[in-house]
Amino acid sequence: MDSDEDERVPLSERPEWADVKPIPQDDGPNPVVPIAYKDEFRETMDYFRAVYASDERSPRSLGLTAEAIKLNPGNYTVWHFRRLVLEELGTDLHDELDFVNSIAKSNSKNYQIWHHRRWVAERIGIEAASLELEFTKEIFSLDAKNYHAWSHRQWVLQALGGWENELDYCDELLEEDIFNNSAWNQRYFVVTRSPLLGGLEAVREAEVKYAVKAILSNPGNESPWRYLRGLYKGDTHALAHDPEVSSVCLEVLKEKKNFVFALSLLLDLLCYGLQPNEEFSNAVEALRPSNSGPPEVNLKETICSVLETLDPIRSNYWIWRKNNLRPSSEV
Amino acid sequence: MMGDLEVEKHVQFVLSVEKKKDDFESVAMEHIRINGAYWGLTTLDLLGKLGVVDQDEVISWIMKCQDESGGFGGNIGHDPHIMYTLSAVQVLALYDKLDVLDIDKVSSYVSGLQNEDGSFSGDIWGEIDTRFSYIAICCLSILGRLEKLNVQKAVAYIVSCKNMDGGFGCTPGGESHSGQIFCCVAALAITGSLHHIDKDLLGWWLCERQVKSGGLNGRPEKLPDVCYSWWVLSSLIIIDRVHWIDKEKLAAFILNCQDKENGGISDRPEDAVDVFHTFFGVAGLSLLEYPGVKAIDPAYALPVDVVDRIFIGRR
Repeated sequence: MDSDEDERVPLSERPEWADVKPIPQDDGPNPVVPIAYKDEFRETMDYFRAVYASDERSPRSLGLTAEAIKLNPGNYTVWHFRRLVLEELGTDLHDELDFVNSIAKSNSKNYQIWHHRRWVAERIGIEAASLELEFTKEIFSLDAKNYHAWSHRQWVLQALGGWENELDYCDELLEEDIFNNSAWNQRYFVVTRSPLLGGLEAVREAEVKYAVKAILSNPGNESPWRYLRGLYKGDTHALAHDPEVSSVCLEVLKEKKNFVFALSLLLDLLCYGLQPNEEFSNAVEALRPSNSGPPEVNLKETICSVLETLDPIRSNYWIWRKNNLRPSSEV
Repeated sequence: MMGDLEVEKHVQFVLSVEKKKDDFESVAMEHIRINGAYWGLTTLDLLGKLGVVDQDEVISWIMKCQDESGGFGGNIGHDPHIMYTLSAVQVLALYDKLDVLDIDKVSSYVSGLQNEDGSFSGDIWGEIDTRFSYIAICCLSILGRLEKLNVQKAVAYIVSCKNMDGGFGCTPGGESHSGQIFCCVAALAITGSLHHIDKDLLGWWLCERQVKSGGLNGRPEKLPDVCYSWWVLSSLIIIDRVHWIDKEKLAAFILNCQDKENGGISDRPEDAVDVFHTFFGVAGLSLLEYPGVKAIDPAYALPVDVVDRIFIGRR
């Protein structure tokens, strides 16, 4: 449907538009400057203003909004008017989804498109669920972190359903890119909100294993560390006392590579009451830079000192953490 | 060594964007001209150069963008949206001209967009997003009409968008994103509800956004962008954790994004400049207390003297 661009006939030369007087943009009180707008764009918008001003909700207005949207999909008022026309004409909304498809892929960060898409899907109802899940999937094949598409997908799941394969889909995306924070967030969304999985506690054990595996493959990846913490959702006691959690920290520390997040989590575990054995102390001690001063009195302080040196851009944060360690919780 | 801020060139750049109406870029921006006016004029004010633009022209144009509903469109004859309405109010505040508004009418438009669950729609079509919660709260606070909202419900909705990493998304369950975090944190600040934030957890997430180049990204594993110098930094300031990042490196990153020849600031070094990133770059430097740039308020996104004038005048 985009192939006719070369043969575009100016609206002023189309007989079906002969009765419409175009309205130029009012640029306000500034002295009028000679307008050299790109002709096609200017003309389309001038005719759009005319049908909008006369509130002409007709098939030709629908066609005109399509032309205007192709030229500038960000124009809020054009979309607004298009919905009024669609409502008036009772157009088959499946065709409207096709129209959105035709422009969304090259404009996938445009708020109006997504909003319009939701409006259409909402009216189609439950049968739109699979179409919308498929549509967002196509967008993710181009940009797997597209914020609008994720927001749309979450809305689809909650409003129209389609949860059945969502965890598998998250897995698929994480297989492609284990650093995709949006996919980790979606995974958390599914395990906490899917009506089919029985809630966070029911899936915790399996999900801890999943996160641990991801961490071990890339210990410098922030997302699975945060996911792992999230699985305990504020239950710091359970977090500190799950051996799976402390042992993944230990394993990463022993590798001596990309261990900032491991140290950071271990610090929190200690603050939450984990009693470290000698293995932990030795692993942390082994990470102390050779030029650092005398050893600290306790493990938590040592961790802060190591992080202060090895994560220098955030050194003030680690210094603050160190100053904040309460003497009463010394280990 | 970091270069200097090219104040004069940025002023000229903003003026050139404001004046030119005859190229494709300006036409494509036509529908958000009122947002552009806010970015451009606030930049000029932060640089102490608001006077170079004709105030009466701006104000009469702004008022022509108002719809009969009380809301503002992105330009004359365009449909009203809460985003454009805040820009209009902010620009009028810059000029100390809020009195030209029918304040009750504008605030009724904004408060009319609040939904039963406390969230806000952007317009009559009903898109919901925590961005709109911020906009409504900021707008009505500037207008002195916060009581027209159900603030308690508005706060509860924002809190329902809090994630396990301490950040906030656009709707409940949405991924934490620095832009959305700014909206939620600033809205909670304006309504005196910062106790809902886990400041240490969020502060750590925010300072993890600083990458080796010194720039800030909006989400894990994304590229740094000058606009996050505003979203992340303002949030860190509001929750009193800004000292956790390396401010000098960030300032150097922003300064490296300047077009030193023709003015303007881009998203990343060597990219094309635009007025949006120019504003966020200058605003970021303002938050970093860069010499010669006026202080900006991290919640209202207006110069501190403007915010003081609004609230001290009201007392």
